[in-house]
Amino acid sequence: MTSTWQPSADIDILKKRAQLIADVRLFFAQRDVLEVETPILSQAAPTAPYLDSFYTDFSPLGSDKKQPYFLQTSPEFAMKRLLAAQSGSIYQIAPVFRNGESGRLHSPEFTMLEWYRPELTLFQLMDEVNDLVQQVFNLAPVLRFSYRGIFEFFCKFNVFTCSDDEIQSFVTKRIVGLPADLDMNRDGWLELIMSYVIEPRLAAMNMSVFIYDFPASQAQLAKVDKDGQGNDVAKRFELYAGGMELANGYDELLDADELRHRFHSDNQVRQQKNTKTIPVDEHLLAAMTAGIPQCSGVALGLDRLLMLALNKRNINDVRAFKFELS
Amino acid sequence: MANFSTNEFKSGLKFMLDGDPCSIIENELVKPGKGQAFNRVKFRNLKTGRVNEKTFKSGDKVEGADVMEVELEYSYTDGEFWYFMDAVTFEQHAADANAIEDCKKWLKEQYVYTVTQWNGSPLLVTAPNFVNLEVTETDPGLKGDTAGTGGKPATLETGAVVRVPLFMNVGDLLRIDTRSAEYVERAKK
Repeated sequence: MTSTWQPSADIDILKKRAQLIADVRLFFAQRDVLEVETPILSQAAPTAPYLDSFYTDFSPLGSDKKQPYFLQTSPEFAMKRLLAAQSGSIYQIAPVFRNGESGRLHSPEFTMLEWYRPELTLFQLMDEVNDLVQQVFNLAPVLRFSYRGIFEFFCKFNVFTCSDDEIQSFVTKRIVGLPADLDMNRDGWLELIMSYVIEPRLAAMNMSVFIYDFPASQAQLAKVDKDGQGNDVAKRFELYAGGMELANGYDELLDADELRHRFHSDNQVRQQKNTKTIPVDEHLLAAMTAGIPQCSGVALGLDRLLMLALNKRNINDVRAFKFELS
Repeated sequence: MANFSTNEFKSGLKFMLDGDPCSIIENELVKPGKGQAFNRVKFRNLKTGRVNEKTFKSGDKVEGADVMEVELEYSYTDGEFWYFMDAVTFEQHAADANAIEDCKKWLKEQYVYTVTQWNGSPLLVTAPNFVNLEVTETDPGLKGDTAGTGGKPATLETGAVVRVPLFMNVGDLLRIDTRSAEYVERAKK
């Protein structure tokens, strides 16, 4: 039995981790992107139905009052308030927390690199993500596929025109061992195909790809617009490399009413599945009402980037102490 | 038997699936997009030996399987059963042809094997990683060839056929890696 005080990662790996973070800071310094720090504890949290925030209570000294505070799942909301205050381009390297998510590629506490670029379009931001990963280590050239394109390439169906039944029968044919009582909506099935069919194929072919123009129903906090074929698409991208989802970028939604609407419909889903509803971030809504500049933003998992750079299979191999030993 | 929830899944966990005992090889959390989480499990069916995959919704439960691994010494066979003995209690355990199928060609009296038992009876017998076996049949040795290049087939005392260097002779004792069925080196008698 090895003793439990020891780090999960070799000291040599931690030196490389420090170097990677220094390289990232240099990259943004060269591009005049301002490093910021925002609160890790917040009175509001994202409402996304399958995202579970840790929370704690604040009790002012000499009082029995308890005020709930959430640990951030990403620094997104606070950073957008800075954008509304005319910060210009900003980045942050921040600890983030997601309850329940523990596995080879998931740690309940991990490190996020997140940045916002008011001057850049979504495609220019993809270029910048590519520049960053090329600069900090040599990743094979990153290819670009639309969501429609990657499904056509690997699955031979059109995600916008094919029926729910066709998607489901594809899943039944191609993915073995699914729970018999699995009941999901169209996006659930598509996301399953992405994880079980497309990601492994990309990994096997050693391909790194940006996937952009997601179905509008997977918009999260991105704008919705028409693609070249007239389909409603979410203006966002994901970067897949080494069989992992590495980054998630948006052409940021700027419409406060639309954001409030998405928060509420998320909370309705939470109610339906009997999970806690989340207080809506009124500060963010107020900032958006005041006006956030047109901007593109992206969140990138720094631990996963390091795994890829150092060819490590488990997220705990690149973090000083894994969650179980924290 | 206890139930296990997906958060207790880890490699080596023995559970029941469709009436068969299975062992988890790999358990991976899958969180597609912003959707619900799954556990994608690679497992071995301990009855058939086959490796398969199954996805569980996070929070699903499985029934544990009463499976134990014990180290037992091979005694003899009567053609129908293969008998293994507990070196401490001298208790005999009879394994059927299915259970010994994979390691039949490495079975030698008095060697110790890992026997996987389900509800007390042998389900699967696994050979140790290395066994020493005598050559019973091979072409005559080539004296000059000590470099170990090339090779020839040799039949061992258990009936297994492996490739060995040209200089080996009948009666030589060889160390064999049972996982790859490859000759490793000459063993001392």
